[in-house]
Amino acid sequence: MKSNIGTIIKKECSRFFGDKTMFFTNVIMPGFLIYIIYSLMGDFFMKSDVDEEPTIVYVENMSETMRPILETLPYKYVTSDFNATSIKSDLSKKEQNYVFLAFPAQFDSIINAYSSDSVHASSNVSIFYNSTSDKSKEAYYLLSETLNHWEEGVCNLFNINEITKENLRYDMASDEDVIRNYFGELIPLLMLMMVFSGCMAIVPASIAGEKERGTLATLLVTPLKRSELALGKVLSVTLFTMLSGLSCFVGMMLSLPKLIHADELGLSTSMYQTSDYVALLLIILSTVLVITSLSSILSAKVTSVKAASSLMVPLMVICLFVGMLPMMMSDISNAPYLFLIPVFNSVQSMAMALEQEMTATILLITLISNCLYALGLVWVLTKMFNSEKVMFSK
Amino acid sequence: MNTNPIIRVENVSKTFQLSRKQQKSEGTTRKEIVAVNDLSFTANQGEIFGLLGPNGAGKTTTLRMLATLIAPDHGDAFIDGLSIVSQPAQVRAKIGFLTSELKLEDFFTPNYLFDFFSHLYNIDNETIETRKKALFERFGIQKFAHVKVANLSTGMKQKTSLVVSLVHDPDIIIFDEPTNGLDVLTARTVTDYLCELRDAGKTIILSTHIFSLVEKLCDRVGIIINGKMTHCGTIAEICDGQSLEDRFFTIYQDVMERSAQ
Repeated sequence: MKSNIGTIIKKECSRFFGDKTMFFTNVIMPGFLIYIIYSLMGDFFMKSDVDEEPTIVYVENMSETMRPILETLPYKYVTSDFNATSIKSDLSKKEQNYVFLAFPAQFDSIINAYSSDSVHASSNVSIFYNSTSDKSKEAYYLLSETLNHWEEGVCNLFNINEITKENLRYDMASDEDVIRNYFGELIPLLMLMMVFSGCMAIVPASIAGEKERGTLATLLVTPLKRSELALGKVLSVTLFTMLSGLSCFVGMMLSLPKLIHADELGLSTSMYQTSDYVALLLIILSTVLVITSLSSILSAKVTSVKAASSLMVPLMVICLFVGMLPMMMSDISNAPYLFLIPVFNSVQSMAMALEQEMTATILLITLISNCLYALGLVWVLTKMFNSEKVMFSK
Repeated sequence: MNTNPIIRVENVSKTFQLSRKQQKSEGTTRKEIVAVNDLSFTANQGEIFGLLGPNGAGKTTTLRMLATLIAPDHGDAFIDGLSIVSQPAQVRAKIGFLTSELKLEDFFTPNYLFDFFSHLYNIDNETIETRKKALFERFGIQKFAHVKVANLSTGMKQKTSLVVSLVHDPDIIIFDEPTNGLDVLTARTVTDYLCELRDAGKTIILSTHIFSLVEKLCDRVGIIINGKMTHCGTIAEICDGQSLEDRFFTIYQDVMERSAQ
């Protein structure tokens, strides 16, 4: 008797691709939304840097010594024709987005009279601001940092990494290495998030949903083997989750240059070769296989889509924590045996592929171990489909 | 009528564990409930055998065991010589099982579902088309063959379920409450078809608590009360001159009095 796995996959595909709403919300929309959101975020950050009206800084007793330094900052200075008392008191009102900078009288004379061996009381420069306003707060930090920096320069012994006219580079890593490292830390976590969001939309509906609606029992009275049903279901949901994940991946890769302002920074994602993308795709596919198999088991355990989705949340939290490890730990070992640990191996392998440090051994260990885990989980799912306690519990 | 027993049920028992939630809802402290207790009977080829009993008597559990959806704790049953315990997949290929608990996916059409279930039984495309045409015509399904199940009436869904359970032209058909929830016209279509199937040599085992249905359809009847078969035979043998309904209540009262003692 021929295997019915294909029949089950065909039916699941007819269900998924035949339902335009389901296909649109799970495949088209995630990638499209990610592209739009990331691009908008990039544009927004860019705009906030460039287009904003300059913050007004009211200055009392403007120092002629400090004027050229202050004028390098992107602020509009008002040094006369204002009432200092009312400007200061109005700052206490919520969301006032200006700063009041007060130099002491005779500030320039005091500064000019300074010598490193003289002993005298320090004079105070006051910067009044309103912390509920981002513009006022930012101006306060920049002004105080600039003035402090200048003050340190008066009794200067040495500087660290001084910015020179030649724009000497102190970080010796290449731009490409920087972006590889950045992608290696960020993308595994984003991919796991995408896989899980796809999984949570697809797997509970396919397994717990069929139990809930009573349609799974209809299949169980046919000669269909439970193993065929389990494998057919897992392969189908893996395919759909993979499509959802790929849609997110494409959306992310297209929008990432905009998000990180790659053009302005002179960065490019073209440093990756086909083999890097193939390795990444295989790792993602094997990861999706493990996660959908595990989610299928959780989904088969309960009797409703709602309960299945709730049960998947702790699994998602654990996996996302593992996904954050490359960001939190810089010295994770690359010992081959560690690549036998599910999810961790996927995260580390993805990071290695993106940092172009992947080796054939590590890739093979990750892919084979993930496939074996998936097979084991399908075996458990088959046992569950055979269990009347699981399938017909109320 | 052929007296060759094609279904043999031998000392079958089934006990269900009760969860705390179930104990609470049932108002009992018992940790388990005996649904079927040492049940034995046979059904002959070409007859309609009815399992008659009140709600909770064990009829549905018995049929679900015969359909291999659940396994007996003790005993075994043989469908055309195949054990429900050791050869469940082969048994499933032999039988057609229909119950109102089994549902069809709302997204698909009767036409798609007929093809899908036929492929699960490995039926070739030519046979699928021939059988589909015959069954769809018999039940008037052509009119809504391309309409999604979600948009069908209860009667249309029931007809589709019936047809889908018969895609492989099984020799043994197991129906749990075949007319449950059907309007009178659909119920009549179903009962007439059951008679046609019997005349074609098929064996049908059905459960019901409707006396008129048993009297109209069944060649032999088994009365189940509290998971035990109390009487089994033709209606004439069981009724002993009384109406089936009166006889059933006499039997029921006797059983309840005996169990109270």
